[in-house]
Amino acid sequence: MTPAIQIQQVHKRFGAVQALGGIDLEVAPGEFFGLLGPNGAGKTTLINILAGLALADSGSVRVLGHDVVTEYRASRRALGVVPQELVFDPFFSVRETLRIQSGYFGLKHNDAWIDEVMHHLDLTSKAGANMRSLSGGMKRRVLVAQALVHKPPVIVLDEPTAGVDVELRQGLWEFVRGLNRDGHTIVLTTHYLEEAEALCGRIAMLKQGRIVALDTTSKLLNRRDSLYLRLRLAGAALPAALAGRVRDSRDALHTLRLRSYAEVEGVLAQVREAGAQIEEMELLQPDLEDVFVQIMKEAQG
Amino acid sequence: MSGFSTLLYKELLRFWKVAFQTIAAPVLTTLLYLLIFSHVMQGRAPVYGEVPYAAFLVPGLVMMAVLQNAFANASSSLIQSKVTGNIIFVLLPPLSYWDFFAAYVLASVVRGMVVGVGVLLVSLGFVGLSFAHPLWILAFALAGSAILGSLGLLAGIWAEKFDQVAAFQSFLIMPLTFLSGVFYSIHSLPAFWQGLSQFNPFFYIIDGFRYGFFGVSDINPAVSLVIALANLLVFTAVSLALLKRGYKLRH
Ligand SMILES: Nc1ncnc2c1ncn2[C@@H]1O[C@H](COP(=O)(O)OP(=O)(O)OP(=O)(O)O)[C@@H](O)[C@H]1O
Ligand SMILES: [Mg+2]
Repeated sequence: MTPAIQIQQVHKRFGAVQALGGIDLEVAPGEFFGLLGPNGAGKTTLINILAGLALADSGSVRVLGHDVVTEYRASRRALGVVPQELVFDPFFSVRETLRIQSGYFGLKHNDAWIDEVMHHLDLTSKAGANMRSLSGGMKRRVLVAQALVHKPPVIVLDEPTAGVDVELRQGLWEFVRGLNRDGHTIVLTTHYLEEAEALCGRIAMLKQGRIVALDTTSKLLNRRDSLYLRLRLAGAALPAALAGRVRDSRDALHTLRLRSYAEVEGVLAQVREAGAQIEEMELLQPDLEDVFVQIMKEAQG
Repeated sequence: MSGFSTLLYKELLRFWKVAFQTIAAPVLTTLLYLLIFSHVMQGRAPVYGEVPYAAFLVPGLVMMAVLQNAFANASSSLIQSKVTGNIIFVLLPPLSYWDFFAAYVLASVVRGMVVGVGVLLVSLGFVGLSFAHPLWILAFALAGSAILGSLGLLAGIWAEKFDQVAAFQSFLIMPLTFLSGVFYSIHSLPAFWQGLSQFNPFFYIIDGFRYGFFGVSDINPAVSLVIALANLLVFTAVSLALLKRGYKLRH
């Protein structure tokens, strides 16, 4: 099957800055894919190259098999991009903006779909409002709508929830999930790692223009010895034998690192032998943030 | 509706929505030129034998308005989009570089023509004018606005800030228009300046345009038109080459 996105050995340099240093990546049709990384990692640069807003120094990029340089018309038709920057054209209203964007893709009678998108993004009441008069979050919604006017099979969202309220965030994800269920491929960047964890089936982590991790979300979460047991003890201190497991200790509340569930029993036995009583106990799954921080630390070396 | 026609429509809508500033203001400015210059120059010898100075002046002013507004349309639209970042709305869709070029230049032609017609109509209220060869008038108006539309596009592509477009306008477009024979026939100039004017492409546009009104000109209008079209061809080729490479638009 043709990959939705195929990136091969992409390099990009801005003067002295190596923004991308040899990216290889494939996203299959129908995936919900996350692109994570700290500020300046190169996420937006990669997306810009995908969209034709920037040109790679070397390497090739294809969207649904269409090269973004030599077959740019087909590749751009297949792609919808929500840009990170909050941009808008102050001359037009929301509806005009969406109609004009449809027209650029050669779509003449697109009002039914425009209405549907506006409805899902809670924009209907703003249809006639001038872009200039919208709040930041509202402008962001219009950017999402603009990216979707031509029903692109591949949708890329570059931090779509930055500066957006909780309600829209949930509404937006529900809408995007629905699009994904209907077969659209989704690529997402975000600094809210719990969003990525909840939504993305597979994740690539970028650092300084290189991919430092690439796996399914569940494998990323499970690949670490980072299951945590949190205990509040009374009557005695934490036995010295467990000191090596401590992630953090505050007063009598200790968070211990375990390799697997099988280790729970042994740890509890040691605590009991030391004469301590357990007042509170909780098993914590590592979250994506733990994994992210760890991978970024490792990539430092 | 194709991508091209949408981009053209959007560019037209853009200046139409602020017509007071993009059409009414330049018409008024040009009218002031006409009133002041024809007053100051009153009594000056007629040009081409029998054409009164005020009548001679009108086609020059009309063409000057056409040229400046055609330039302003493409250049200001592009630099605004680049500075505010909304240029991406036209860079993301599958518009070809031909679509891009044609839409920006055509919108500039329309803006130039609308302002030109406005200036002409208002001037007719003050000065009597003949229309010896209307087709030449139209041909030079179209060629002139297309040339300046493509120059405006080039300036917009090249510039990264508003003041760079302004510099382009002040140091290139304005001198070339003022020194092209808008206010005088080049035969009234010393030989050196006459010779220099021959290298100014705007001179041929204005001279040929005037031929359409009076049936008299400094240069054969067919020659002028060929020179104008050659200029248009060069600017078109350069624009298309830059757009194809994504020069200063796709980083
Ligand atoms: N047009 C440009 N000119 C010069 N340098 C640039 C340009 N665009 C990006 N860079 C540099 O390239 C690097 C990658 O930037 P990029 O915007 O891709 O990061 P990012 O991962 O999207 O970061 P963020 O999470 O902050 O959005 C940065 O060092 C940035 O300064
Ligand atoms: Mg970014």
